[in-house]
Amino acid sequence: SNPFEVKVNRQKFDILGRKTKNDVGLPGVSRSKAIKKRNQTLLKEYKEREKTNVFKDKRFGEYNTKITPEEKMIRRFALERQQNYVKKNIYNLNEDEELTHYGQSLAEIEKLNDIVDSDSDTEERGTLSAELTAAHFGGGGGLLRKKVSSEQQEEEEEKPKSRKELIEEMIAKSKQEKQERQTRRESALELTEKLDKDWKEIQTLMARKPPKAERKDKEVEKPKPDEYDMIVRELGFEMKAKPSERLKTEEELAKEEQARLQRLEADRLRRMHGIEEEANKKRPSHMSADDLADGFILDKDDRRLLSYKDGKINIENEEEKEEEEGEEEEEEEGEEEDNENEEESQEESASEDEDGAADSHSDLESDLESEEEASGNKKEKKHMANENEPQNVEKLDPKREAAKSELPYTFAVPESYETFKSLLAGRTIEQQLTILERIQKCNHPSLAVGNKAKLEKLFGFLLEYIGELATLDTPELRTIDKLVLPLYNLCQMFPEAASDSIKFILRDAAHDLEEVIEVKGRATFPGLDTLIYLKIVSLLFPTSDFWHPVVTPAFMYMSQLLTKCRIATLQDVIKGLFVCCLFLEYVSFSRRFVPELINFLLGVLHISLPKNQAQGYTVVHPFTPVGKNLELLLVRDEEDLKSWEKQNVPLSIVTRLKETSRTEINHTRLSCLALCFDLIRKCAALYEPLPSFHEIMHPIRILLTQHVPVNEYPEKLQECYHSALKELENKVKHYTPLICEKKKPVPLKQYTPKIVKVLEFGKKQAGNKKEQERKQLIQRHKRELKGAIREIRKDNQYLARMQLSETMERDSARKRKVKELLGSLATQEGEWKAMKRSKWKN
Amino acid sequence: MAREAALAACLEAVLGSRRSANRVFELLEPLAGQEEPEHIVSAARTCSRLFGALLQRRELFVGPLPEQDASLAESYSAEDKYRIWMRHRYRDCVGCLGELMGHDSFQVKELALCTLMKFVELEAQYPLIKIEWKGTLTFPCDLLKVVVDGLLPSKEDASLLISRFQEYLEYDDVRYFVMKAVTASVGQVMQKTKERPLPFYQQNVFSLISPINMPNKESEMVKFMVKQDNREELKLSKLQAHKHVFEKMWLTFLKHKLPTGLYKKVLVILHDSVLPYMNEPTLMMDFLTVAYGIGGAISLLALNGLFILIHQHNLEYPDFYKKLYNLLDPSIYHVKYRARFFHLTDLFLSSSHLPAYLVAAFIKRLARLALTAPPEALLMIIPFICNLFRRHPACRLLLHCPGGPADMSEDPYVMEEEEPSESRALESSLWEIQSLQNHYHPDVAKAAAVLNHSLSEIEDDISGLLELSAYELFDKEVKKKAVDVPLEFEQVRGLFGKKNDIFAEHFSLD
Repeated sequence: SNPFEVKVNRQKFDILGRKTKNDVGLPGVSRSKAIKKRNQTLLKEYKEREKTNVFKDKRFGEYNTKITPEEKMIRRFALERQQNYVKKNIYNLNEDEELTHYGQSLAEIEKLNDIVDSDSDTEERGTLSAELTAAHFGGGGGLLRKKVSSEQQEEEEEKPKSRKELIEEMIAKSKQEKQERQTRRESALELTEKLDKDWKEIQTLMARKPPKAERKDKEVEKPKPDEYDMIVRELGFEMKAKPSERLKTEEELAKEEQARLQRLEADRLRRMHGIEEEANKKRPSHMSADDLADGFILDKDDRRLLSYKDGKINIENEEEKEEEEGEEEEEEEGEEEDNENEEESQEESASEDEDGAADSHSDLESDLESEEEASGNKKEKKHMANENEPQNVEKLDPKREAAKSELPYTFAVPESYETFKSLLAGRTIEQQLTILERIQKCNHPSLAVGNKAKLEKLFGFLLEYIGELATLDTPELRTIDKLVLPLYNLCQMFPEAASDSIKFILRDAAHDLEEVIEVKGRATFPGLDTLIYLKIVSLLFPTSDFWHPVVTPAFMYMSQLLTKCRIATLQDVIKGLFVCCLFLEYVSFSRRFVPELINFLLGVLHISLPKNQAQGYTVVHPFTPVGKNLELLLVRDEEDLKSWEKQNVPLSIVTRLKETSRTEINHTRLSCLALCFDLIRKCAALYEPLPSFHEIMHPIRILLTQHVPVNEYPEKLQECYHSALKELENKVKHYTPLICEKKKPVPLKQYTPKIVKVLEFGKKQAGNKKEQERKQLIQRHKRELKGAIREIRKDNQYLARMQLSETMERDSARKRKVKELLGSLATQEGEWKAMKRSKWKN
Repeated sequence: MAREAALAACLEAVLGSRRSANRVFELLEPLAGQEEPEHIVSAARTCSRLFGALLQRRELFVGPLPEQDASLAESYSAEDKYRIWMRHRYRDCVGCLGELMGHDSFQVKELALCTLMKFVELEAQYPLIKIEWKGTLTFPCDLLKVVVDGLLPSKEDASLLISRFQEYLEYDDVRYFVMKAVTASVGQVMQKTKERPLPFYQQNVFSLISPINMPNKESEMVKFMVKQDNREELKLSKLQAHKHVFEKMWLTFLKHKLPTGLYKKVLVILHDSVLPYMNEPTLMMDFLTVAYGIGGAISLLALNGLFILIHQHNLEYPDFYKKLYNLLDPSIYHVKYRARFFHLTDLFLSSSHLPAYLVAAFIKRLARLALTAPPEALLMIIPFICNLFRRHPACRLLLHCPGGPADMSEDPYVMEEEEPSESRALESSLWEIQSLQNHYHPDVAKAAAVLNHSLSEIEDDISGLLELSAYELFDKEVKKKAVDVPLEFEQVRGLFGKKNDIFAEHFSLD
């Protein structure tokens, strides 16, 4: 700007840190600004001081700058049109045209259509046909038009037809129609009656009620409220079957199943790595713009999904989990439908179909089976779903019905183990399974309050029963094999109770072991039942978890078995190898390292060698390099070596080994060796990724390569040996030096800053905050007041200036006008004088 | 009953008048013969009463006992003759009782022992030895020797009888003389056998001497069987003397070759109840050195005694660490004495002046052996190794070796090398612990994972972990409360019905 217009406020002292606002001023600019502003506001006001009317601009969006001119125009145009349209002239007859048919409004006909029909149906009297009405009453305009056309046609066809003839024809026609209608209704009635009768038969069957006496007077004119009617009405009030989701195709099902398995697998992996769920949750999650912020989280442990029974969600779980996942809700719906289905049962064929669809749908949804078994299980599930009413089962599965005809249908849950045992005593496996199934059905937790506790007890009984079966002289392993199915189902229903009872058994077993160790110094292997229990643990619970309330103690117990129990007999070896298998199975997914397993396998190999060969490896407890119980697996008999064939070791051998012959014992020994080789092979495959794999397997490798008399073994065994050795030798030796993970730099310790008020000279420091605030306000008010006064003063000056200029203008105008008048008068005077002079002159 | 009545009558007669003194033989006869235990018992009781009364009446000859035949000829008074004769009967009785201590029936044995000890007590009170000058030892050592010999049979285990005898060992004087007697007995018996171990005899000696509870201070020695006025001057009341006898007894006992089981037992108690009560603990050096050299569990146990000698008595032991290093074999994680061994190893390796190669060799060896260890040992050894790393930061090369060769085809560490300096441990890395990060026990895996990160400065306290047993671990796991129990999602199809079930391949359900 113009440097001459700039006014500089010189500071006397430069003060560091102080901001100066007003060091440069532009008085000219600001003054002109102020005048301009007043021109726009004060002057206008002043000029209009005596005017009362106001001008208002009502054009649409005139002062709205946000709308583009084009749009403005369009909107204005639209508004104009709208105004024209909405403005309704009530005297304009053409405005709304109602469509009629036979003189009636079409809309009305549509509405009343049903009523007319039903009336004609219930009342005996026939309705007048449209033509008849038309003939009698003329009908409406629309009809007339049509009528005209039809008449014209008729006239064209057969010309002379009197009115009477016409009427007669019409009467005949209507009569015929009536007849037809009657017959139709009669047949319908007959059919409904028949259906009714059938239904009643079925109903008695279903509800197990004594069939009511047949209604005698069917022909009564006014039928009493029929059962059928009642049901129909009831149905009308009841909830209609909702449209369910469509049936899913096989592909979709497979995909869903896959997704479910993947989810479970991911969950399993998470637990395997020991990552806490909380850790996952803590991570701040991405917030979608669509997030409703209602705390709904999709990712959570959906393990509960599993606990279904008969296509129903476990009630207990529902209570526990308030937040349901979408899918789960769906299933719940399915279940509801299911329930309805069961209650209503087969009343209408249509609804039955629908229910059936819903039913199978829900089944599919809750299908827990693995992929392979999908189809087979579906069938089973289907009838499980209906099994609250045993009749259904009978219907669906007549064969089974025959098989268990002598079994009662309802069972109370046994209160004690004795009653439980007596319940199952003397039954075949299938019957036992059926009994268990029915106990579960009849006492489902959703049916009564105490059922949950009862069924939880049942799990314990079943477990005990299995243990007892395993301890028999000839263990009934086939039965146990089947009994694990209900055990699994019960476990899915009551995970806590199941884990508690298994833990109890484990604790007992471990306690016994500990006692024996304390008394004798060395323990013996437990019975077959404990081994079976350990196997069952692996069936019921995921063994790959980093920590699991049941599996981890089981691990500990098995470790004790392998390290503390003495190996004195061949049975001990078999049991030990069984435990080894268990270990291997437990860690097959997680590939965890089990030192005891390797030690034991080494020991087993060691006792298969002739004495005094231990060189280059050390066996550890419970095996000893010297002493008795060596050569336990050594077979010297050539015949037996030759005649051996690879076969599975029967588990019952642990109880009846004494009765077997020498050859058989030798064969068992060789089988054990084969098993041992196979386990070594599996271990090698399992532990290959471990960095010190070679060190772990070193003793076994030495033993295999240097000490085992391979050539004496039968061919099959040699194969086992070679495959094991191959697995061991094939691995590449590969070592990379360890490097620690980098330590995160520890941040310096920081303290929260201490805030000290800066004491400045000249500022008023006294008083507390409130007081200061008040003072500040007072000051500001003062300043504002000053400013306002100044403004007002300036306004007044401005106004005065305006008034002055106005007055001046007015005055000057007046002066000018006076001057003019005076001038004109002077000229007039002059002219008159001149004229007078000339006159005088002349 | 009749016999008892007869015995009682006999007793009364003998005590009543000297005329029927010959009836003593009726009392002594059942003691020698092969009678029923009940008869022997009643006879022994009667004898005990008889001679007890005689001793109290001082009716037995005092002083050195002349021969029986000689006494008749010599010019003794009739009174003396009677006393001498009676003293001989007393001697017979003691002899019989001594033999009865080897009887089959425990009842008889016990009674014989008690009777003899009663005689010991009475004889101490009413000495049969002439007090020639003030301060003569009046304690019946010979009689006690009979008892001790009876307690230490060489053919059978007499631990029961010995435990019965324990109550007498509470008396300071009895203990003193028993120790003396044992020393003499061991010397005699073992000399005869010529270095062949006598398991029973040595076992008995051990069970007799191992529970001996030595007093710590002289002021504690107040319990004497026999009150003696001048006992202040007697050796008996000096702790020094007791210690000397104690030391001598143990040295004599340990001089001879011991059976393995006994060896271990001795070593277990050695540091605790033997070494502190010896005047010269260094005398045990030879024994311990030999034991340390034997190897196996015995060496582990000898370590404790050696530690005390090294630590408190300036024992110089060449190649100690080398030997310690070679003691480490797979069994150390499985033996009973694991806690004691690792406690000591921890002490030995606590010095910060040990060379890094040595500590590295130890670490590497312990880690290698940990590949065969049970979880309870692993839970202890991993913090142990961590502590070693903390004490010897130079060894962290095993954990963190950024500048090393990228790939090795072989672990440089030589496990078989006996010399720690040659084992090349420092060139290696601790892959073993890395493997253990995959251990099935969650706590072990967690503990091993600690080594992934750089260690904290503060040492872990492993004293609580040393004694950890598998059962405790199990108990801890079982008692943990779980919030929820994850379940297997794969549907069960029978006992061996899993996919690729190992059992189905090898076992059948028949």
